[in-house]
Amino acid sequence: MAGLTLTEKILARHAGKSSVEPGDNIWVDVDILMTHDVCGPGTIGIFHQNFGRQARVWDKDRLVIIPDHYIFTADKMANRNVDVLREFAREQDLPHYYDVGSERYKGVCHIALPEEGHTRPGEILLGTDSHTCTAGAFGEFATGVGNTDAGFVMGTGKTWLKVPPTLRFVFHGEMPPYLMAKDLILAVIGDIGCDGATYQSMEFDGEGVYALNIEERMTLCNMAIEAGGKNGIIAADQKTIDFVRSRDKAAKPFTVEKSDPDARFVREYVYDVRTLRPVVAKPHSPDNRAYVDECKGTRLDRAYIGSCTGGKMTDFRAAARILAGKQVKIDTFVVPATTEVARTLKTEKLNGHTLEEIFLNAGAKIGEASCAACLGGPSDTFGRLNQAIRCISTTNRNFPGRMGHKQAEVYLASPLTVAASALTGLITDPREFLA
Amino acid sequence: MKLERIIQGRAYVLGDNVDTDQIIPAQHLTLNPAIPEEYRQFGRHALSGVPPAQGGLPKGHVPFHANDTDLVSGYQILVGGRNFGCGSSREHAPIALDAAGIKAVVAEFYARIFFRNSVNGGYIVPVETGERLCEKVCTGDELRLDLEACTAENLTTGEKYNLRPLGEVVPILEAGGLFPFARAQGMLPS
Repeated sequence: MAGLTLTEKILARHAGKSSVEPGDNIWVDVDILMTHDVCGPGTIGIFHQNFGRQARVWDKDRLVIIPDHYIFTADKMANRNVDVLREFAREQDLPHYYDVGSERYKGVCHIALPEEGHTRPGEILLGTDSHTCTAGAFGEFATGVGNTDAGFVMGTGKTWLKVPPTLRFVFHGEMPPYLMAKDLILAVIGDIGCDGATYQSMEFDGEGVYALNIEERMTLCNMAIEAGGKNGIIAADQKTIDFVRSRDKAAKPFTVEKSDPDARFVREYVYDVRTLRPVVAKPHSPDNRAYVDECKGTRLDRAYIGSCTGGKMTDFRAAARILAGKQVKIDTFVVPATTEVARTLKTEKLNGHTLEEIFLNAGAKIGEASCAACLGGPSDTFGRLNQAIRCISTTNRNFPGRMGHKQAEVYLASPLTVAASALTGLITDPREFLA
Repeated sequence: MKLERIIQGRAYVLGDNVDTDQIIPAQHLTLNPAIPEEYRQFGRHALSGVPPAQGGLPKGHVPFHANDTDLVSGYQILVGGRNFGCGSSREHAPIALDAAGIKAVVAEFYARIFFRNSVNGGYIVPVETGERLCEKVCTGDELRLDLEACTAENLTTGEKYNLRPLGEVVPILEAGGLFPFARAQGMLPS
């Protein structure tokens, strides 16, 4: 019998089987279900409709509700949706609800999940958001689902999955200081296309990946969906275990696994990170790859640093290295992913200044922790592209209209490249500002 | 919606990588599809994120709704290219198409979550074809899909096309979605 990939092992164990093969349809037990303010109300509606108005969720310890999308808006419908979550959390007495306007409010769900100890190696995490795949960085199977699937899990704790074949992406070499995980994943998506991993698992491996910190690994896995991937995954190592143990107050046990040496991968892609250059995805698709040196000088109207893929401390440290002591030339929006990141921006210092001071002194505007303009949202959303302007952004998706106006042009890039471009108002190679 | 063997209607043609932000732009996700009146409202906003030049191919600039305030479109079948429904996991996407009166989408292949959501909720039938229909069918053509024979006929031009079998999702579509299917299978109490 051939060996199993990491994804196959996790799925087999959750189906009570010793082995599975790509293409098998299996029923699995779900460890954690996450929902938010955009898909939560619909999911709750489906749960009530199918299990009854008085039904209880299958396991309140395993349901995590994190409002994060449309929070700081006057939109009444958006506010109503948060009320629906709050009422449901009260009725069901949910311990893991992170309410807006409370001390517990977190911000972007994909970053809040690990911060609050809801990600563990070897588990299955489903979320009503396509970027749920971010949590694959913890060596677990994590994928996005719709309201109906989530409503079903809410009542039963189970879902059916088709076992995906696995693509392996191996990164060798030590990362140069001008590259970030965003450059690696944009290079991969450029190579395989925004449908290149449809219905497949993307496993990231190699010493270049294990040298990355946890947040950078999250950026890699976050964008698996931009290639159509079912999940992105990185086997847990000591860094993962240390992070998870430091965050999980309940200290739940977990299973650390990796792909067998004789596991079957559909295809393997090998990269030497030392030879890569800073990358952007041009409008209007994450696979529209260009190297920064091929499009440098492109005039910009706005820079945006935020989101699950670009609003973590690693991202802001990188941006601060470039922005410290300088002035931005275009409107620059900084949005911490979570309230924890926002608090750290006020305390962590670079050359005697907090990161928050560095951004404000550079002329950037800082918003409140949330998804904000990454996906457009209501018209009063912080940083939203309300006109047909050109923006360079650390976010993860640039299909037409994604950040607001459907004729706006969005370039995706690393926080280093976005910060360097903010200083010139033109797409700029970060190497120009890194001594 | 239960699975119908024959689906006939006017086609609205789109290109490749029609993502969920084009199908239902994010500012409309404040509507809650669990509330019937709000579900209907999604129909009005369906495909409102498609850049005008890419809406209603081959010419483009063909509105999906006759009037901006219409909830239901005059088209019943969407034709797309590769990777239809990519992007977010929002179930609001197939819901918006259903609310706008779309019965089926015919595309080369689908993004995984969109396909699953379409089937799970029984909103629309996502049909695959090995042919590049988005370059053969014109917006406004009358199509007749035969899901059992796996063929499509263009009643406007007389052309015939092959469709791929729906395969393992047929029982879920026939039941009307994931919940009725699970009840019929005894996985949930009926």
